[in-house]
Amino acid sequence: MAWNYSEKLKDHFLHPRNVGVLEDADGKGEVGSVACGDALTFYIKTDPQTGRITKATFQTFGCGSAIASASALTEMVIGKTVEEALRITNQDIADYLDGIPQEKMHCSVMGREALEAAVAAMRGEKRTADTHEEGKIVCHCFGVTDRKIERAIRENKLTTVEQVTNYTKAGGGCGTCQAEIEEILNRVLEERRRQPAPRPAPGAARLTQLKKIALIQETIEHEVRPVLQKDGGDIELIDVEGDTVRVALVGHCAGCMAAGFTTGWIQDKLRELVSDRIAIVIEPSGAAEAQR
Amino acid sequence: MKPIYLDNNATTAVAPEVLEAMLPFLRERYGNPSSIHAFGGDVARDVERAREQLAALLGAESPTEILFTSCGTESDNTAILSALEAYSERRQFITTRVEHPAVLSLAHHLERKGYEVVRVGVDRDGLLDLVELRAALSPRTAIVSVMWANNETGVVFPVEELARMAHEVGALFHTDAVQAVGKIPIDLRRSAIDMLSLSGHKLHAPKGIGALYIRRGTKFRPFLIGGHQERNRRGGTENVPGIVALGAAAELARRHLTEEQTAVRALRDRLENGILERIPDVIVNGHRERRLPNTSNVSFEFVEGEAILLLLDQVGICASSGSACTSGSLEPSHVLRAMGVPFTYAHGSIRFSLSRYNTAEEIDRVLAELPRIIARLREISPFSRAHPVPDCAATCPAGCRGPKE
Repeated sequence: MAWNYSEKLKDHFLHPRNVGVLEDADGKGEVGSVACGDALTFYIKTDPQTGRITKATFQTFGCGSAIASASALTEMVIGKTVEEALRITNQDIADYLDGIPQEKMHCSVMGREALEAAVAAMRGEKRTADTHEEGKIVCHCFGVTDRKIERAIRENKLTTVEQVTNYTKAGGGCGTCQAEIEEILNRVLEERRRQPAPRPAPGAARLTQLKKIALIQETIEHEVRPVLQKDGGDIELIDVEGDTVRVALVGHCAGCMAAGFTTGWIQDKLRELVSDRIAIVIEPSGAAEAQR
Repeated sequence: MKPIYLDNNATTAVAPEVLEAMLPFLRERYGNPSSIHAFGGDVARDVERAREQLAALLGAESPTEILFTSCGTESDNTAILSALEAYSERRQFITTRVEHPAVLSLAHHLERKGYEVVRVGVDRDGLLDLVELRAALSPRTAIVSVMWANNETGVVFPVEELARMAHEVGALFHTDAVQAVGKIPIDLRRSAIDMLSLSGHKLHAPKGIGALYIRRGTKFRPFLIGGHQERNRRGGTENVPGIVALGAAAELARRHLTEEQTAVRALRDRLENGILERIPDVIVNGHRERRLPNTSNVSFEFVEGEAILLLLDQVGICASSGSACTSGSLEPSHVLRAMGVPFTYAHGSIRFSLSRYNTAEEIDRVLAELPRIIARLREISPFSRAHPVPDCAATCPAGCRGPKE
């Protein structure tokens, strides 16, 4: 054991964001169990008008990466609509933390599961149990179903039993289910082999306008928004015309004395991660609403 | 800043005197003890002197009963495999569920090769089930191997009694004394133990040197087959700097043995009692009397061990944990599970292991930092006295059992 963690993961472990019980939560998801070594309770609160998640908090029993994954996830979901939040994969959580050690990937999977459980609770969906997805239990030590194993294999393109254990814990106890995991793995790999990956379009390396917009959205989502939200602010992407990115600053940011400073910082971020030709134009807040 | 090192059951600092003693053999005195010329041959005397120093620490009848090896694991493997080969008509091996992997992994390997292996259990205090052990003994038993002291909890086993029990059925008795040597008095002259394994780096010698004591007259089959070294009992050119270091460390340990029993024990108790006074919902793992003087294994309920270790590391304190996240597997310590420590405590276990180089100031620093660290993690945890850990096994609709040993 050592500090095999990225600086960002360490930061989220040492200074976890949004810890605690959310008294007025719309949804609460509980996953994991102490017997299995980690447990997570995730709370979300949404704005009924916009459908966006306004608050998210967590409580974790677990190791450094389990705490950091949950902390990261709260930052990632705040400001998103529930549908957007549900599209977050465990890999997104890992990427947000600049990576999670392979053998700890199950921590990120637990984060995603807790979010899904919280949303399900909010929507009043009946789940068989908070801790388990439907399906047949394959790993009895950690209560892992075939559905969960299949999903982890597909979403993360896993190829070995060891990886499946890293991502789901399945097979990490007594080990008797490893043959069954291998069968599932072979079945999914066989399917994947039969469906060859689509050929990349010619000139795919070029930064098309479509790709640029996607990249800008991603940068704002993962790099810019979390920082602004820490200070009670937020950002709306309004439009992209060529290299001009139109955004609105909302919340505390809108009237903030340091808005000019913030604008420069956002532009630097976009230039660094998208294209060095990006120029930021700040629209008055509310413009985003007007456009809808 | 110098770290506060409370992980001496993992490894220890090389004592300055030990380093001094070994350095000439890394510099100018590099001769091979098997050489005919004086430059090499003289080195053989230093090797023999180290053998005498170690024999003295163990109270061995003769230095020839000491065999130098590369580590504790090699000693353990050599002893057990030797007995099984020397008594090949006996196909049973008896050990415990709380051994070090050096023995447990070998047991697993032997099982696959067709040997009958019995792993005797322990009670909630980590004490060995002697009734179970007695029942397992039979004329088929080749060797009984039980650690002298457990590395995780420090619990000390009644090796003399166990050795006599093994002899009643004509079996050999080996003890993995890696954690005991230098910490508790050992007098093999007045003992029934046939073989004993030890490791240099647990008693302030460097890594890469170990030893196996083989009582004179014990049937022995070598593990490493090669040259005539170690009286044909272990091939391979001697690790001279390591052997000299182990000799020096043994002599130091002999001089400091009383200190381990008094000063180190006092520091350990200061730490353990301080933790129990300052932090609620803590238990001590392992029998509090029948224990090494330097080890304290405590569990903090509602929190996880790796997280504790990382926060301790932040303030320069080194310890270790039996939590799943630090065991290199997904399951908590096999020792704590064998003892039946509930999962909620097993995952939050921390082992502090002291040495004579620790000070009262260091212990007080730990006592100042630790309550804050535990409180901080408990704040993040969904569990507390008000929200106890649910009984997973009772409520689990999927029927998952939780990890088993």
